[in-house]
Amino acid sequence: MKMRNALLPAVFVVATASAGEMRIELEKGAGYDIVMENCTLCHSLDYIPMHSGFMKRTDWQATVDKMVNVMGAPIDKDDIPVIVDYLTTHYGVE
Amino acid sequence: GQGLLVPRSLTGGELPIGAVESAAWGILPGKEPLIKCTFRPPNFETPVSAFGDVITPNEQFFVRWHLAHIPQMAAETWRLRVGGESVEHPYELTLDQLKQDFEPVELVAVCQCAGNRRGFSEPHVPGVQWGAGAMGNARWKGARLRDVLTRAGLKADALEIVFDGADDGVIDETPDFIKSLPLWKALDENTLIAYEMNGEALPHANGFPVRLVVPGWTGTYWVKQLISISAVPKPEMGFWMSRAYRIPKDKFPGAERFPSQEAETDAPITDILVNSLITNIEDGQRLTAGEPTMVKGIAWDGGHGIRTVDVSVNGGRTWESARLERDYGCFSFRAWHHTFTPRGGGEYRLMARATDRQGRTQPFKLVFNRAGYHNNVVQRIHVEITP
Ligand code: HEC
Repeated sequence: MKMRNALLPAVFVVATASAGEMRIELEKGAGYDIVMENCTLCHSLDYIPMHSGFMKRTDWQATVDKMVNVMGAPIDKDDIPVIVDYLTTHYGVE
Repeated sequence: GQGLLVPRSLTGGELPIGAVESAAWGILPGKEPLIKCTFRPPNFETPVSAFGDVITPNEQFFVRWHLAHIPQMAAETWRLRVGGESVEHPYELTLDQLKQDFEPVELVAVCQCAGNRRGFSEPHVPGVQWGAGAMGNARWKGARLRDVLTRAGLKADALEIVFDGADDGVIDETPDFIKSLPLWKALDENTLIAYEMNGEALPHANGFPVRLVVPGWTGTYWVKQLISISAVPKPEMGFWMSRAYRIPKDKFPGAERFPSQEAETDAPITDILVNSLITNIEDGQRLTAGEPTMVKGIAWDGGHGIRTVDVSVNGGRTWESARLERDYGCFSFRAWHHTFTPRGGGEYRLMARATDRQGRTQPFKLVFNRAGYHNNVVQRIHVEITP
């Protein structure tokens, strides 16, 4: 297996954690605003891009369901499909 | 290349592209730069180069939190509540009392996240996409959990000991991070309530002022910012015990037992599997033919101690024993090294494989499980030999 230090790209260095979180930007697209509203309450947004490259639609659906049913995320039922579409389009694989 | 035949099953996975791209060097208060996985809650990984030392410095020790509400704790106001249905006399401790009233014990032990190396899982699975550095080895000092429980007087019906830290979710609906241990492990003489790490107070990010130290068991039990210990007659049923941190029983048959938490097909993860890591050579590095080259690394397991480490420089065709370095006790990393002289140009494939004193060794093929735990598959590093 490759070790992460060999794989790190030339990334930004952040002085503090809070300064770093401000610099995370998700891709723009349909559903962006709803994701920003619903997915930043409990953790930073990097949880999302960290998962890109392998999550199928069903995986993102299961993750959002877990946030609602287990973690208690207060997300409007009607917003869930929009969020799953957004995550699948920008951070998923078909 | 050398035309060496490497079975496909030797291939370790690679991190997901998103994990590589969203990683950054980040600095938490009191820490040196670590590999940032997530900012809030902070999940920061130790770079592999830091494991060149057998003891991981506090400033480079990995950081793992589930919940983002992490209060700053003051030593003067911190209190530890010892109670629960299954104790005779509940009581409270100040930090000074914890240090003065109980015999201090010191030991060196590996704290390894259950999900260490999850990012290499094939196929990939959700969860923090850790590389190889969600672990560290420190000299811990603290009181025996056993002594603290004995003062409270355990009743005969005590089944589990339950631990809560001061950290919380951002909203009340998020399950609090509460963990439990079976009585036998809680009463083990090595299980500590630690107030020192490598001769200093614990860093805030590693659980100041006090964390549980459960030598041999995965980091999930090493509750940080510990504020409450309860002895109970029933299994702890919260999310972090009953649904998270569970492994399929049939895939890990030799695991230490936690009977009151076991279900039909799955069980809580318990002891650390035997594992090793090459720490001084990176994938793709160039070496010079004819020049003696030292491969260095570490090996560890769940507390039986390391018996041997074997090194292969030809992708697993032949193996030689590495020389083990100083023994810091059976819960510690064990450093090892092996010198070889590459001949001719082309590619070499370096591998290390540890065996513990029980005779357990590392697999060549990942034992896949849905949560990406227990990845101790033999590592392989490609190096280019310059003639
Ligand atoms: C009410 C709290 C809360 C909200 C709101 C929330 N999450 Fe989470 N999420 C959590 C917690 C707690 C974890 C576990 C963190 C850890 O262990 O590092 C988590 C973990 C994750 C993970 C890691 C995979 C896993 O299953 O642990 C992903 C991905 C994720 N969240 C995505 C999202 C997305 C997308 C949204 C919005 C639709 C969201 N979260 C909203 C609490 C929340």
